[in-house]
Amino acid sequence: MTARVAQLRRTAVPYVLELPGGLWVVVFFVVPLAAILSVSLMTGNSIDGYSLTWNFHIYPEVIDQYSTQFLRSFYYGLASTAIALVVMYPVAYWIAFHGGRHKSTMLLVILLPFFVSFVIRILTWQFILADQGIVLGTLKDIGLLPSDFHVLSTPAAVIAGLTYDSLPFMALPIYVALDNIDRTHIEAAADLGASRLQQFLRVVLPLSAPGVYAGILLVAITNIGDYVSAAILGGPSTTMIGNIIQTQYVENANYPTASALALILMAALLLGMYVYARAFGTRTIQEYV
Amino acid sequence: MEADDPAFLRGLTQSRLSRRQLVRAGAAVAAAGSVGSILSACGISGTRDTGAPAGFDWASWWTQQRKHGVLDWANWPLYIDTSHGSHPSLELFTKQTGIQVNYKPVIQDNASFFSQISPVLQSKQGIGYDLIVITDGWELTQMIANRWLIPLDHSRIPNFARYAGPIAKHPVFDPKNRYTVTWQAGITGIGYNPKNTGREITSVKDLWDPAFKGKVGMMSDDTELGSVGMLALGIDPAKSTPADWKRAAALLTKQRDDGIVRQYYDQSYIKALEDGDTWITQAWSGDIFQANYSGFKDLKFVIPKEGGMLWHDNCMIPLHAQNPVDALEWMDFYYQPKVEAMIEDWVNYLCPVPAAQGKIANGLDDPAVANSPLVFPSAAEIKRLRGYYDFRGIDDHNQWTSIFDPIIQS
Amino acid sequence: MSAAAGTGVLGARPSGPRRLRRFILPGYVVAVIAYTLVPIAVMILYSFNKAPSGRLTFAWKGFTLDWYKHPFDIPDLTSALVHSLEIASLSTLIATALGVPAALALARYRFRGRALSDVVILADIAAPSVVVGASLLGFFIYLGVPRGFTTILIAHVAFNVAFVVVVVQARVRDLDESLVEAAKDLGANPFVAFWKVTFPLIFPGILAGALLAFALSIDDFIITSFVAGQTLTFPLWVYGAVKVGIPPQVFVMGTLIFLAGVAIAIANVVAQRRRGPATA
Repeated sequence: MTARVAQLRRTAVPYVLELPGGLWVVVFFVVPLAAILSVSLMTGNSIDGYSLTWNFHIYPEVIDQYSTQFLRSFYYGLASTAIALVVMYPVAYWIAFHGGRHKSTMLLVILLPFFVSFVIRILTWQFILADQGIVLGTLKDIGLLPSDFHVLSTPAAVIAGLTYDSLPFMALPIYVALDNIDRTHIEAAADLGASRLQQFLRVVLPLSAPGVYAGILLVAITNIGDYVSAAILGGPSTTMIGNIIQTQYVENANYPTASALALILMAALLLGMYVYARAFGTRTIQEYV
Repeated sequence: MEADDPAFLRGLTQSRLSRRQLVRAGAAVAAAGSVGSILSACGISGTRDTGAPAGFDWASWWTQQRKHGVLDWANWPLYIDTSHGSHPSLELFTKQTGIQVNYKPVIQDNASFFSQISPVLQSKQGIGYDLIVITDGWELTQMIANRWLIPLDHSRIPNFARYAGPIAKHPVFDPKNRYTVTWQAGITGIGYNPKNTGREITSVKDLWDPAFKGKVGMMSDDTELGSVGMLALGIDPAKSTPADWKRAAALLTKQRDDGIVRQYYDQSYIKALEDGDTWITQAWSGDIFQANYSGFKDLKFVIPKEGGMLWHDNCMIPLHAQNPVDALEWMDFYYQPKVEAMIEDWVNYLCPVPAAQGKIANGLDDPAVANSPLVFPSAAEIKRLRGYYDFRGIDDHNQWTSIFDPIIQS
Repeated sequence: MSAAAGTGVLGARPSGPRRLRRFILPGYVVAVIAYTLVPIAVMILYSFNKAPSGRLTFAWKGFTLDWYKHPFDIPDLTSALVHSLEIASLSTLIATALGVPAALALARYRFRGRALSDVVILADIAAPSVVVGASLLGFFIYLGVPRGFTTILIAHVAFNVAFVVVVVQARVRDLDESLVEAAKDLGANPFVAFWKVTFPLIFPGILAGALLAFALSIDDFIITSFVAGQTLTFPLWVYGAVKVGIPPQVFVMGTLIFLAGVAIAIANVVAQRRRGPATA
């Protein structure tokens, strides 16, 4: 074959390889987002139908109407992310540095509970945290807690549920980053006279930053948009924006409102990601990976 | 799984968000958006006039229908007699009529089921079921108004006329039972644990009692919530007006803001009551019955003196059903007292066939069910029951939800 | 790296009163792991609980093996589980078939649209489930596509592809290109070079991506709840049944799934032992 054809084939290769997967994602992820952008600008109802009226006014309307739920979702999401970070960082650290040859097994052990459907797990938490259940009931009986203390149906229960479900997703990226750290850096610091604490704070912690970043991202995004934890463990006034979107779509068939809410959530999260990435310094991350 | 695979998370930790890339991405998204917008410029069509033509001659249509020997039935879970995976009443039916029943308990919620079948019916296609069960409410109102249901041929369901009790005949939402026959009915009243409340409960207003602060369960269904609010004000929900709704909403908001409500529950309210998280709650009759049977004997159910809500779960034949005659045969079959007895003995909701009571007491030897006012209420109790407000149109319904939803989803 | 692995960043082994400190961190890790296992323990325990009404109750009624004898008594629960397994397997297969070539393209070649693809893939992973589910539902409603098994499959492949791409892509980047070059120098054409050299080397990454996709698919709830129509998957069935009271078989199935996971973990330990202490 001619050099020209061979050249064309070479340049075509990546496109051909990427096309099927890329096309699927574009058609079933990007286009639907564009479609609901359109739906959000429609007016009407399910009986008479909806038509595109470019009703941009719906955006300020729903932000105003549901600002409480939006803010609450960010609060619950970020709180649960922070807790997950604090809880799992030491675990990831220990596995990375003291795991030896059982590292992958230990990671699997952390993942094990999450093989079981999380609906089942939240259900058992509901039982465990019942007002007169094994935990609270016993504590109340011995007088450590007032008798009308309850965990369920409070924001604390929702945040706890969100945190619980995100533990492995926080641990994994941090573990990978920690595992990648070249131990000679640490040894060098030790040789230079750094104490153990300094070795950790000035060598290990910064080098694990990309993992922490990835973990925070994964967990925060999942948790801010969640609705199941609030539905099962929450109470009045713990409604998250995910619950509202679900209700508006499925129960009320209020497509424009629901679509607008979903897009606002997506935009807010993307903005947050971007700001966070810039603040963190994307160049620094690139260097360390 | 290679859980220690650095590859996965290195891929994630690599940031690709340089500004130029984002701008490019933004441009591409805008392009996709405009394509999407062009596509969507046509809008989404509504359901109006997508059903059977008005004035269609159903009588002669029915004469042309024949039995096919198969029945596709969508129902709610745990709503038919079950014994180790099989359903005795259905098996008896197959034995006596030869009709195979494909029983699918897939309906979990009226709104979500309706949202799934409505686009199919809207495009004038069959939903794959000959028989479905929907509660009276806005979804049923729409099904009837859109003419998405096949009117029943009562000449082929004589057992209904013969055996149906007063709660099943001529319900407000479907006078003359033109489209529906009751599968099961139920009462929304108050469930409570006297050991916790310390006294007997008789009134709807007890749900507002500050003595039960933080221990009251209310329902997250806005129809149930709104209705109980109105009962507390002495208003009959079926005859209420939007002004009444606003007054009820104010009362319910106060109940929430005063910290009296523990949580707005879907059907999981029963667990909260059983666990003691709530002491008093809006409740469905059958759930309390089941709870008593499962060992929570303390729980009681009461129809408040202001009234309880009577709801019906109804059998109906959707448009484009493939086997309508087989559906009618099942309706006729289960309205026989001995069959209804088999079903009721297991389901324990309100029985549409009073004669089944005798069969359960004697034939099935189950006095607990036979004598239960939750399954066979007395005439006096039936008098205290009220029907729900029948929405006149979508604006009506939207007004109701916009008034009551913010209370539940604050 | 391996030399310091045993002693960690703490340097020389501490002795004397410091010895207790060595147990703080491992103790903490054990506590966390125990905490994550608490619901599992409850689930396993109550899968042996008697349930006279056929619905699971958390009041202890006595030990029974009944539910293990009749785990498939509830046809719709069983079919929901089957649906979940089918969708997970199919979507994993399709996502892998689509994702591996895409990952190769993104990792090895420079082409127009590569940066954009990276962003889109990242957005796909990062997008909250509610938004993805809602947008797919809106999309299907607009197109008039009936929701069911197919739409669930489509949705699962859509998010699984992104995960497969990310995992495999990183693995391909790690690949020592000189090996592939050597194969080509020895006369292998691109296809042979791929199958005989590249593929075996990136296979662990493909496997990891596939397992991740499978796990994500089988437990997916939010996205599935939007696009499932009347088809039920295991998580959907359980969530719906929670309202009425779940049958004990749900806990039985959960326990069996958990035990399958334990078996995989044990197999991993054995495999690691065989491989020797040097690799980790």
